[in-house]
Amino acid sequence: MSTQTNGLDRRNFLKTGLAGAAGLVIGFYLPGRREVLAASRLDGSAATPDVLNAFIHVAPDDNITIVIAKSEMGQGVVTSLSMLAAEELECDWRKVRTEFAPSAVVYFDPAFHMQGTGGSQSVNSAWKPMREAGATARMMLIAAAAQKWGVDASECHAEDGTVIHAASKRRATYGSLAEAASKVTPPQNVTLKDPSQFKVVGKPFKRLDTPIKTNGKAGFGIDVRQPDMVHSVVLRCPVFGGKVASFDATKAKAVPGVKDVFQISDGVAVVADNTWNAMQGRKALDVQWDEGPNANVSNDTIFKGFADACETPGVVSRKVGDAESTLSGATQKIEAVYKAPYQAHATMEPMNCTAYIQADRADVWAPTQFQTPTQNTAAQIAGIKPDASFVHTTYLGGGFGRRGWSDFVTEACEISKHMKAPAQVTWSREDDTQHDYYRPASYVKIAAALGPDGMPTAFTARVACDSISRWFFGPDAVKNGMDSSSVEGISDTPYDIPNILVDYHMVTGPIPMGFWRSVGASQNGFFLEGFMDELAAAAKKDPYEYRKALLSKKPRHLGVLNLAAEKGEWGKPLPKGRYRGIAVLEAFSTYVAEVAEISVDKDGVKVHKMTVALDCGRVVNPNITRQQAVSAVVFGLTQTLKGQITIDKGRVQQANFDTYDMLRMNEMPVVDVHIVPSEETPTGMGEPAVPPVAPAICNAVFAATGKRIRHLPIAPEDLT
Amino acid sequence: MATHFILNGKPKTVDVNPNMPLLWVLRDTLNMTGTKFGCGMALCGACTVHIDGEATRSCVTPISSVAGKKVTTIEGLSATDSHPVQRAWIEIDVPQCGYCQSGQIMTASALLAKTPNPTDAEITDAMAGNICRCGTYDRIREAIHRAAKLQAGGAKTADAHEGSELVASAATVSAGGAE
Repeated sequence: MSTQTNGLDRRNFLKTGLAGAAGLVIGFYLPGRREVLAASRLDGSAATPDVLNAFIHVAPDDNITIVIAKSEMGQGVVTSLSMLAAEELECDWRKVRTEFAPSAVVYFDPAFHMQGTGGSQSVNSAWKPMREAGATARMMLIAAAAQKWGVDASECHAEDGTVIHAASKRRATYGSLAEAASKVTPPQNVTLKDPSQFKVVGKPFKRLDTPIKTNGKAGFGIDVRQPDMVHSVVLRCPVFGGKVASFDATKAKAVPGVKDVFQISDGVAVVADNTWNAMQGRKALDVQWDEGPNANVSNDTIFKGFADACETPGVVSRKVGDAESTLSGATQKIEAVYKAPYQAHATMEPMNCTAYIQADRADVWAPTQFQTPTQNTAAQIAGIKPDASFVHTTYLGGGFGRRGWSDFVTEACEISKHMKAPAQVTWSREDDTQHDYYRPASYVKIAAALGPDGMPTAFTARVACDSISRWFFGPDAVKNGMDSSSVEGISDTPYDIPNILVDYHMVTGPIPMGFWRSVGASQNGFFLEGFMDELAAAAKKDPYEYRKALLSKKPRHLGVLNLAAEKGEWGKPLPKGRYRGIAVLEAFSTYVAEVAEISVDKDGVKVHKMTVALDCGRVVNPNITRQQAVSAVVFGLTQTLKGQITIDKGRVQQANFDTYDMLRMNEMPVVDVHIVPSEETPTGMGEPAVPPVAPAICNAVFAATGKRIRHLPIAPEDLT
Repeated sequence: MATHFILNGKPKTVDVNPNMPLLWVLRDTLNMTGTKFGCGMALCGACTVHIDGEATRSCVTPISSVAGKKVTTIEGLSATDSHPVQRAWIEIDVPQCGYCQSGQIMTASALLAKTPNPTDAEITDAMAGNICRCGTYDRIREAIHRAAKLQAGGAKTADAHEGSELVASAATVSAGGAE
């Protein structure tokens, strides 16, 4: 139990009573941070110095509270992480409750060096620690029972929330042992179950958060209500990089209910007694903008920048053999340009945040994916140390990467500080669409040489787009002009090609870039898998067989590809007018292949069925795994068939769902999900089923029409 | 100006701007946050409530227009999550992020009140105005069919926290969906 993690010299299990009541709390703690952890309890219970926060709390009434150090945005972490702890705890699942962790170093995700949720990382990073937390608690409860009965702990075992001494037929519930267990010295080593003994992991447990999401009681960020809270909206410059030149608040302040109008770093805040009055005040607000240097930026100038950049070599991302000379000497050479547009996240819950900045303390109630930047942002604005800044994570009405940012936190904190009151900032849908951190628009020049057998002998891809890392982590995070998120999904092509060259141009611009469900693979997967289909067509080979031949050394790719082909009935006859397309990709160490079944008519492309085959290692909860696969397919369908974000005069042209629509029920295909059985360490399912959707559909469109779709979304003119 | 109406079965009076949408009266004046703000233009359905039984987008409904009418929100659909639509939603494990689900449930319950046994086409017709960015449409459809059976009576229900029904139904887990 001495795993090294960032920010922790040693990861300790600790025991303590909770808030004066008897009980057992198991968790990791950082020495010297007790007070902080205690004071930041989500339920606001007393901050007595003896109280630690933790992952597991066993209450005297037998209820188990599992602390979730990840944000629940629909991906099911509340349930899947609880299952990992429960597997080893041997508790009664019906007694499991959850709460979200406060912000603290102990909850850092080692992959991010901060507390946060993303990268389809949660189950993978919790796989060992949550089971260890459960096992430690179980051993302490057993030790307490053994002590009480005067028997050796090895003679006792636990099941269903009860410790049992079989020889004497004595039993004690966890709740009755909790206080005594809290005084037991934690074990130095725990042995985790052999997977053959799993009783929880792998079962399709229902989600713990379903009941409160069917009666309106789930508390999202926008639902936070604090005593004497004011409501606010912000008017931001429509041009990226623009600033307030001057403003006249006279008319806005005359709107009934408006309490104050003032400038903050993002624009002009309008504060009122309710959100609607604040919105009315904003309508009446007169602001002169200094639109800055970007008022002439448009989609045309941006994509011209990409194309110009691609005229010269970029920074090499991957080089195998000598692709360029192979290409120049090739008899059959295939070349193409692919493009992907900006995309907004369009979470159903618009951005919002509630903050209360006081002289010596900051509180933020936020639907955030990243607690550490949220905590630090509030501390900085309050002028206090992060230790006195407390993040209360709510349920998230969707995240998809958008809520990794703290722009909405900054606004709420600045407004609260000015108003000296708890303040909630709410974004309209238009604000949300027009002030996002977008999925990068991207451009790729791609080429391949085919040998006499039609198989590729060389592959080159030159990618041009802005860098997410530059925006999120700062310019220093991008070393030598290479951001791996810009080329992931294409640079790591799994195909067995002897000569490969992938290079990258970081073309910087004023449009904010961010992580968007499946990140670089969301566009690069489309580029690579569309182009592979072009190669198969040029070689006059079946696109499934062609991929299969090039993946013979990639068993997990091959596993999902074959399963998707089998379940999607690849090669079998179809009803008249129906066509299939196939694509395969790995993202975040999860492998997904999809077969799309479509038809094309005067109204465009109709997707009838998506067959998904996935390999995410050992499945923790097949119910949630399937939910995520279907969900990702819907996300991918929206990117393929619906809207895009475009820029004109430095501003976003779309605003609400009338100009940036989402897939709706009437457009929903059958989604048929199949899971490859695996004993590998679990990997994530939040994102990896997104990337194959677009190429599978576009490859089916080629089968249907002979038209190759090289940019998204599919436009009617691409089909004729 | 005071507006009188019936909210979840009880008389209610609010003294607000008559143009203020019902959505914001519910959320900010009455602190009933189960009804959600999604778009403000009746484009997404997150704010759906019942007005005299009709599924209505509260974000574009001025409070003055509900004077004397019966308003039902997600909080008033049932006292104990016992409405057939809620029971079906729990049984089928419909929600993911959950933000749109109040609106989905209110639209679905209004549909079932008028059309006790809807066809797939009738479900699509009624529900296409409600966006779910998580893409729970298949389970919404399945749950509406299930709710129709529960509403007709006789069908046993399973609760996420009670009995042995801790796992999702085989039908849900095998995914797929109605075409």
